[in-house]
Amino acid sequence: MDNSRRRVTIVLALGVAAFLLLPWYRIDSGFFALDWLAGFPGDAASAPGILQIFSYDRWWLGIAVLMMLAGMGARYIDDPMRRGTLFAWIGAVGVIFLALQGLAIGFSGWTWTIGEGLFGPLQEGQPSMGAGAVIMALGFVLLFAFGFADRGAMRGDAFIVASITMLVFLVVIFVFYPIGSMFVGAFQDFDGSFNSEGFAKNIVDPSIWSLDCIVGGNRCGVAWRTLFLAILTATGSTVMGLAFALLATRTRFPFKKGLRLLTVLPIITPPFVVGLALILLFGRSGVVTQTLSSVFGIEPGRWLYGLTGIWIAQVLSFTPISFLVLIGVVEGVSPSMEEASQTLRADRWRTFWHVSLPLMKPGLANAFLIAFIESMADFGNPMVLGGSHGVLSTDIFFAVVGSQNDPTRAAVLAMILLVFTLSAFLAQRLWLSGKNFATVTGKGDSGQHAALPKPISIAVHALVIPWMIFTVVVYCMILFGGFVKTWGLDNSLTFAHYVKAFSISFEADGVAWTGVAWNSFWTTMEIALVSAPLTAAVGLLTAYLIVRQKFAGRELFEFALMMSFAIPGTVIGISYIMAFNLPPLEMTGTAAILVACFVFRNMPVGVRGGVAAMSQLDKSLDEASLTLRADSFRTIRKVVLPLLRPAINAALVYSFVRAITSISAVIFLVSAEYNMATSYIVGLVENGEYGVAIAYSSTLIVVMVAIITGFQYLVGERRLRRENRVAGSHARLPIPQEKTA
Amino acid sequence: MKSNSAGSVVFENVCKTFGAFVAIPDLSFTISPGELVTLLGPSGCGKTTTLRMLAGLEHPSAGRILIGGRDVTMLPANERDVSMVFQSYALFPHMNALDNVAYGLESSGLKKKEAREQAEAVLELVGLGGFGQRLPAELSGGQQQRVAVARALALEPQVLLLDEPLSNLDARLRRRVRTEIRELQQRLGFTAVYVTHDQDEALAVSDRVVIMKDGEIAQAGSPRELYEAPASAFIADFMGEANVVDCEVLTSEGDRARIRIGALEHFIPARGARPGPARLAVRPNAVTLEPASEAALSGTITHSAYLGDHVEYEVKTAAGTFFVVDPAVDRSLETASSVAVGFRDRGIALIQPDLNEPGFSYGI
Repeated sequence: MDNSRRRVTIVLALGVAAFLLLPWYRIDSGFFALDWLAGFPGDAASAPGILQIFSYDRWWLGIAVLMMLAGMGARYIDDPMRRGTLFAWIGAVGVIFLALQGLAIGFSGWTWTIGEGLFGPLQEGQPSMGAGAVIMALGFVLLFAFGFADRGAMRGDAFIVASITMLVFLVVIFVFYPIGSMFVGAFQDFDGSFNSEGFAKNIVDPSIWSLDCIVGGNRCGVAWRTLFLAILTATGSTVMGLAFALLATRTRFPFKKGLRLLTVLPIITPPFVVGLALILLFGRSGVVTQTLSSVFGIEPGRWLYGLTGIWIAQVLSFTPISFLVLIGVVEGVSPSMEEASQTLRADRWRTFWHVSLPLMKPGLANAFLIAFIESMADFGNPMVLGGSHGVLSTDIFFAVVGSQNDPTRAAVLAMILLVFTLSAFLAQRLWLSGKNFATVTGKGDSGQHAALPKPISIAVHALVIPWMIFTVVVYCMILFGGFVKTWGLDNSLTFAHYVKAFSISFEADGVAWTGVAWNSFWTTMEIALVSAPLTAAVGLLTAYLIVRQKFAGRELFEFALMMSFAIPGTVIGISYIMAFNLPPLEMTGTAAILVACFVFRNMPVGVRGGVAAMSQLDKSLDEASLTLRADSFRTIRKVVLPLLRPAINAALVYSFVRAITSISAVIFLVSAEYNMATSYIVGLVENGEYGVAIAYSSTLIVVMVAIITGFQYLVGERRLRRENRVAGSHARLPIPQEKTA
Repeated sequence: MKSNSAGSVVFENVCKTFGAFVAIPDLSFTISPGELVTLLGPSGCGKTTTLRMLAGLEHPSAGRILIGGRDVTMLPANERDVSMVFQSYALFPHMNALDNVAYGLESSGLKKKEAREQAEAVLELVGLGGFGQRLPAELSGGQQQRVAVARALALEPQVLLLDEPLSNLDARLRRRVRTEIRELQQRLGFTAVYVTHDQDEALAVSDRVVIMKDGEIAQAGSPRELYEAPASAFIADFMGEANVVDCEVLTSEGDRARIRIGALEHFIPARGARPGPARLAVRPNAVTLEPASEAALSGTITHSAYLGDHVEYEVKTAAGTFFVVDPAVDRSLETASSVAVGFRDRGIALIQPDLNEPGFSYGI
């Protein structure tokens, strides 16, 4: 039996086993709780597929079995081309059938009326897909992939074909299906019937689109406010980022190392923490407000709560990201260009204005768009500081959880937000691609960057130094705020907040985790631990496919993956709820949905890091391995992965940390059983328990710093002395150009 | 180790397209077991694509490839009994020399210990015994090259593929290593396909040379055939420099032909030449120059350069401009002086479209 038949046999056997031995439908208490074993297989809820057909009248499942049988028959065809074609068709039809039956038949029978018309009414519907159904669906996907491999796709490499197919399948299910469901949800009533009334009412709602702030003197609609805020934030953080970058590369500023340290901050800071610290400084009972009021008698105002406050918090949060983007741009401007300009009798001012700055323009535009998307997607800061002046992302949240409970409105708002961010993303990809002047050529470029003109140097210092001090103060507030009893009222020091959050008591039967934070803390760690390796694996595999394999639609594949990045977390959250709350896939309230959310939201970072690292690996290394009898799986394991270790580490650490800090999507998906640290902290803030919230936040930051540094120590350097080809990809965190929200 | 597994290679009407670009329209040839065949040609001629299709790194768009009589057209690289030496060597930088050589053996399912023992033996064979523990970065360029060869040879493949294996070595080392490769190939008797764009290298190592142009075989044959009887001006110029000039075949007598260039008549070896206009490829060292003001073919020296062991001249004549290599360094012909241009007997080839047809066949 050759390779091609063996793998198909394994897949078919798996499908059959799933059909005969596993519960076909979803087990309410969870598959891994294993309490379904007691009633297995006779119990209706946990019966395997075969019993569902014969004992419980779910005749349509028989079609899937027929497809499996057809696959077994096709194994005996000798001609690989014909066999492959047949496998591919069977796989495709099988998986499409499973999806359609899942969508068409819900709990109480047909959900699509056309089904009833064609096949007559059903006595009983079906619950969501369970282990059996899912494994069989995956089996069909693999069968489809193996069919293509038999036909010689990707040089007959089954592993590669299967990886691509599987990734596309998963991205469709976890990115496009939810977004699609959200769009459908905008046109549905509570009972699921088509109703465009809600959509029509919301899409023209003046509270979204009103331009009163320009003409009428009232507040503008939430869409415009969000847009203005995003533009202001993007401008602010780009200017600040440029100032930081210029200071770090073109001046003799003494604290450059400290500047670099700043770049780590956005990675380890939960997004709402900056807002929280601002409240402690400038809120009604904040330190500064109180001081000003007692010394100068200035009335404490509420100016912080609104767009102004959000803007300050966002500029604080995103400046490091812009800095990170722009430092590459500023360094990338070839010194010889500036030297050439100077030898052509241009003074520093002219050189900067006519050579350096124009060369940085595409980079600046890129930084602007990234900050724009970040601001749009930010949920944490508006949540903490927004008050009644919400932005789109918070309005979406309140449309579902608040008293309104209007999913249609949430969907419409999410669509508007999505249009904004995707436009910015498209602009970034299409308009800016190929416009990068700042390239590192690899030839020795030994020149020196021109010094900044005096006025600019002064301006840069004047911007950066206060801002740095401000940032340091803000972070000090975060770290020490947890030790103060009640801000503004009682500034005595205390451990009470930490005790409340993280107390432990030792009892006879072991340690009791009595602190209020432990529950969500351990859940967060668990979920972050599970999702980090998955994220890294999926991300790097994708990177490998994008860089190393040529296949039809590769660019579209990459584009779609990267696009999932521009989808704000709030949108993902609301769309996951709309997609995974009902059959065929029911995942809300489980840990799995959190893991899936993290994997598909953070994967693009792994992809980006992997692509960067892999482009530096000579392609002939892989080819050498292939010609040395190693299949592509062994090649990845033995050659690619060991050489990508820095990228892997970065992806692991980054996805772990991101899983801890993210809030926007998470807040929709947490449940009583699986509550995450961030959403718990936001809950504390809403209840006004700032002390505990700050204590918890700073603990998270300290834990993450410990994890990152510990990881750097644990993982040694690759021993590749004098090897240039793969050098340069030092263990460094990837540029988090994307959302913090 | 002795490779008894030398296999033949057959390309049958192989075609390769990349999107709309046709890299190789229709390629057929045969390589017999134990032969070293060089694919030679300018960059972009399809020689590397041909090699990669043989390795399984590209798959043909149409046609069949047979290795050792077995159809491998759709087989992935790792299931083919060939191995390859890469231009960049592609040594795994994180593995030492021994692990690099043992890699293929382990991939084929050998136990780690056995694989290492065999790898040690192969390293010995290429003269690197004792270097096994070094990382690639700790070896010199020539040593890296030998590890790359050892790694490919360790698998005792039916066919060894070499993709410009010497291009990363300096000129002197290149000569030594190419001799080593040829010796190794003759000693072990494996089939080898060697890609290069350097005609010296091709002449030095090959049993047969296949010259490719635009994805097609321009000419194939032994080094001597290609050099002495080029089928076209392209081949003549590619296999060492040649002055290609117009001439006229006056008569054909057995294996000699009488030709006329300008006013000069000359006998050259050429079998079956047809009377009529033709072209002549003249090697730079086949031109003789004598100081003279009047001659059948007179020329003017437009440029000269002294290069130690020979002098190079550019001579303008009525028949065209000749590039001449003159070993007589003691006399120096002044620029702008008049010379009589003549030809030696060897180093001249007549190019007529179907003249050399019997001399080469696509089935090498």
